Amino acid sequence: MLRAIRNFFSDRGFLEVETPIRQRAPAPEVHVDAEPSGSYFLRTSPELHMKRLLAAGYARVFQVGPCFRRDERGRYHHPEYTMLEWYRAHADYADILADTKALVAHVVREVLDKPEIVCQGCSVELLPLWERITVSEAFRQHAGWDPCDRFDEDRFDLDLVNKVEPNLPRNMPVVLTDYPKEAASLARVRPGTPPVAERWELYIAGVEIANAYSELTDAAEQRARFEHAMARRRELGKDVYPPDEEFLELMERMPPSGGIALGVDRLVMLLANAGSLDGVIPFRE
Amino acid sequence: MYTASDLRKGLKIEVDDVPYEVVEFQFVKPGKGQAMYKCRIKNLLTSNVTDRTFRAVDRIDKPDLEERDLAYSYPEGDHYVFMDNKTFEQLTIPADALGDQKHFLVEQIEVQVLFYNGKPIQVSLPAYVEKKIIHTEPGARGDTATNVTKPAKIDTGYEIGVPLFINEGDVVRIDTRTGKYFDRVSKG
Repeated sequence: MLRAIRNFFSDRGFLEVETPIRQRAPAPEVHVDAEPSGSYFLRTSPELHMKRLLAAGYARVFQVGPCFRRDERGRYHHPEYTMLEWYRAHADYADILADTKALVAHVVREVLDKPEIVCQGCSVELLPLWERITVSEAFRQHAGWDPCDRFDEDRFDLDLVNKVEPNLPRNMPVVLTDYPKEAASLARVRPGTPPVAERWELYIAGVEIANAYSELTDAAEQRARFEHAMARRRELGKDVYPPDEEFLELMERMPPSGGIALGVDRLVMLLANAGSLDGVIPFRE
Repeated sequence: MYTASDLRKGLKIEVDDVPYEVVEFQFVKPGKGQAMYKCRIKNLLTSNVTDRTFRAVDRIDKPDLEERDLAYSYPEGDHYVFMDNKTFEQLTIPADALGDQKHFLVEQIEVQVLFYNGKPIQVSLPAYVEKKIIHTEPGARGDTATNVTKPAKIDTGYEIGVPLFINEGDVVRIDTRTGKYFDRVSKG
């Protein structure tokens, strides 16, 4: 699996990189909690360092390695897991989607020798037509409202897991795309009525596999979002991380880019037709 | 109060003033979203099962539940009288809290009673009880097949299905979870 991933990227001119696992300033997101490590934190994602490399002129970079998230343990969660991230300069989330389709096709061919998988009790055709559905469409259809018109965080999260995700098609991969601007995280917002975040999530057999953005490159906007996230964390009584000033400074030089984080363990789980991560992570907590 | 991270299979909680037991739960956390617990919960009063998702920040009420071991004494109208063998306190439990279990009560048998806000809501009998057959038609001689049953009355007047070789006066074991004949203990 890892060999197939590395071959795929090196054939396409991507540079494999390693960035710090211990970080002073993890990306401040409201619902992602970092594991403390001395006066540092273990990374929840290599995202901010990968973007510094984009700003330094590296146009195609990828990394596969461990990430850590505190208190995340369940069927599809493990506090230590393997993340694949890649970034492309002068590209957006549509280019990243093309990469992802080609990567999944390549990996499945190398690992399984056939273009379909059986998992979670259904057969999924992995090539090459993927269902694309916007968050607006999916919520209107299954939950009866449009979170892009008026956002309500609790209602969004609850309806997503109870009404939308269980009803997504399962016979092919599904790309849920164009999120409410309030759920943009580090994605660029496309103006319009309503404005939407250029962000998509990939679901295979109902399991969320990857999260991609057209990357936000506006440092002022990024700072405002970090501050908002930190304020929310403070309200919720969570650890508050210092802002990554170096990243914010370098962001000015970041070209328009697309990037993605993909859960490798979850993809392995699906290819192995395992019902949970416990079936594929050999040493578990 | 419980926090959502206390949720696990078997935990008893209170939602909208109704006691429930968690029968299934799954940790979920959609990308960038908050942690949630998708639960299947069983209403302890009606046994109905429903789905309920709790957010990690939710506080969940603890029901006032007490489990007591009581020994069955005797019926009294549509109530049943039990004794707490530690305190010698007598308690009367209405028939509807017992459901079908009432047919399988045996004098001095130990049962577990679950009280909610001081009211009995659930009575658990031992898995097997022994009951005497007080009436059944004789079966055909030599017929020992166990897949064919005939009706038989036990001493509480309740009718169960028994194999054809069972006769009046026999003592049989009944599985209280299914309410069905299990095996024969002794011949009458």
